[in-house]
Amino acid sequence: MARSRPRRRADDAGSLDGLLASREIVVACGPGGVGKTTTAAAAAAMAAARLGGKVLVLTVDPARRLADALGLEGIGNTERRVPLETFVEAGVKPMGELWAAMLDTKESWDALIRHHAPDARTREEILANPLYRNIAGRFVQSHDYIAMERLFEIHSEGTYDLIVVDTPPTRNALDFLDAPERMADFFSSRLLRWLIVPYRSKLVNFASRPFYQVADRILGTQFLADIAEFFILFQSMYEGFVERARSVQRLLADRRTSFIVVSTLEMVPLREAEFFAQALTERRLHLGAIVLNKVLPSYLRDPEAAVVAEALTERAEDLAEALAPKLGAGADVAQVRRVLDEVGRSYLDYRVVAQREAEQRSELAAVPETLVSVPYFETDVYDLAGLLRLGARLWGEDDDPAL
Amino acid sequence: MVGLLDRRLVFVTGKGGVGKTTVAASLALYASEHGRRTLLCEVDAKGDISAYFETGPTSFAGREVLPGLWAMSMDTEASLREYLKLNLRIPVVGRIGPLAKAFDFVATAAPGVREILTVGKLCWEVRERRYDLVVVDASATGHIVGQLAAPQAINELVRVGLIRSQTDWMLDILSDPAQTGLAIVTTPEEMPVNETMELAVKVREETTVELAAVVVNRVLPELFGRGEEAVFEELRRPAAAGVVAEMVGGDPAPVLEAARLAVTLRRTRAGHLERLRQGLDPSVPMLYLPYLFTRSHGLRTIRQVARSLGEELGT
Repeated sequence: MARSRPRRRADDAGSLDGLLASREIVVACGPGGVGKTTTAAAAAAMAAARLGGKVLVLTVDPARRLADALGLEGIGNTERRVPLETFVEAGVKPMGELWAAMLDTKESWDALIRHHAPDARTREEILANPLYRNIAGRFVQSHDYIAMERLFEIHSEGTYDLIVVDTPPTRNALDFLDAPERMADFFSSRLLRWLIVPYRSKLVNFASRPFYQVADRILGTQFLADIAEFFILFQSMYEGFVERARSVQRLLADRRTSFIVVSTLEMVPLREAEFFAQALTERRLHLGAIVLNKVLPSYLRDPEAAVVAEALTERAEDLAEALAPKLGAGADVAQVRRVLDEVGRSYLDYRVVAQREAEQRSELAAVPETLVSVPYFETDVYDLAGLLRLGARLWGEDDDPAL
Repeated sequence: MVGLLDRRLVFVTGKGGVGKTTVAASLALYASEHGRRTLLCEVDAKGDISAYFETGPTSFAGREVLPGLWAMSMDTEASLREYLKLNLRIPVVGRIGPLAKAFDFVATAAPGVREILTVGKLCWEVRERRYDLVVVDASATGHIVGQLAAPQAINELVRVGLIRSQTDWMLDILSDPAQTGLAIVTTPEEMPVNETMELAVKVREETTVELAAVVVNRVLPELFGRGEEAVFEELRRPAAAGVVAEMVGGDPAPVLEAARLAVTLRRTRAGHLERLRQGLDPSVPMLYLPYLFTRSHGLRTIRQVARSLGEELGT
């Protein structure tokens, strides 16, 4: 694999370029609040810019900012191409095309029902069922499932060379991995058939009667009837649905799919990320890389600099007296002393955090082939140029003049 | 507005990674140290609470982890059992058979069931008055509205039945700002601030719970006062840096660079903080907690945060 590497690479930096060049689906997952959405978008933007082909970023994050950064007026359930001018403005001539779509849970569920419903009447009844409307609109786990389902749908159309997916924030990191299987289990459950028996025939099994007594008293008859109607309708779509869920599952395990776990080096997110990486491996899913975001610069761990910082604080008085006359007009000794002291202290403060992070990193148990560190960006990413700057780091390029 | 900890039920939410659990635990610790019998409940039991209090795993039955402070973790199935035991008094309960499986099934099919059992248990603890205050390490921003609005949602779905008749008293507690309040935890960063502002609107429009405070966690310190930044810029010039290098016998460049980074980070965050202030109803109190530059974790961290909270709450 000959790849051109025009810029300097940091010594220990891994790169996502190999992964993004060889896979058709890359799923970004990990704990919330670590920059997963931005990382997915940056990876996709880089792939479109440098590797070529048609690249889609499928996001679940309704953040307007991402749409703005991509030069789109909002992103919807249908894919839209990022205008070429946006790349031109960012000073880049892309090799390929970048497309973006946002997951709309309700719309995707409706599309799925339309696809599977055996006839128009069933379709309309399901779409109108209060329980269905709740499941599609609010039900959290349905979000996990539909994200994977939509990925499957887009992938099977074969329009894109690469799809980068940003996963929904889940209560449990594993929820979305299990979603297809749970969905299949759910609809093939014996309990389901048991539950809807009294609504299909007048014959209620004697053994199940206590259950209905209790269920009736707790939930009310109407509610139970709604549940039953929903499932009776759904049964007509059962086979298609289960088959589909299994296909989604197979796609996730396919060798064309890889996962990247995104985290920061803070303790709680990193613990969650490690757990996740382990779970991927246990399920024989391909863990392609770990991306560590918001990593503090290494000069904060320089032992010599720490000595200097301590000296600035301890000897601030002496230093200020020597320095004050040499500085511009108006700098008095007290002020210079305070600044020196503050500068020294601040270094030592950040050093504590940087060291803590370095320890966390060295303790990282499951290290895949690729480990990418992305530095703490001082300003927020708000345009494509910013995404590509972040993307360059994902490529292992190190263009920070401060280092 | 009623003070945050003068209420009886406080939900704490926030975007993932902002320190929601830490703040919830610190609020509970602070309240218990001020003489209020406090129950801290972890809703999405990840075990973080027990890690903080270094006491081993928490369970559905509350356990006193420090004097006056009880901790529990939510378990919706246990909540259902407790509920059935208290309310149904019918002998078949024990013979329902695979209750766990049946429950799991109904809860999967019927959104709001898990939420109502969570909120129901919390409201029940408030009504029973075994504790003065219940602090909830609640769901993250994405799910909190579903949780708080569960009684209304159930009211819409379930027209009759025992659950229906129960939602009324829950709504009484949740809708009373003297009893119940929500605290949103955020950090002065772009996405958490956006989510906080969006959530504030949704909470007002879709729930009956009052937004009682916004807690801004990890606020970075201001390095320089008025005029000092100009001095700092002077110090970064080669001439001054050379003098320093000579006097301390080492290159000050990384130290000065670190200070510049600190100033920039602080400035970027100040912008988001200002946006948050502008975007929120001015009657909502904002509490600021400093970034902790320490190695400590567990109870030490909680105590530090609790102390800062105390300063912010003005005691």
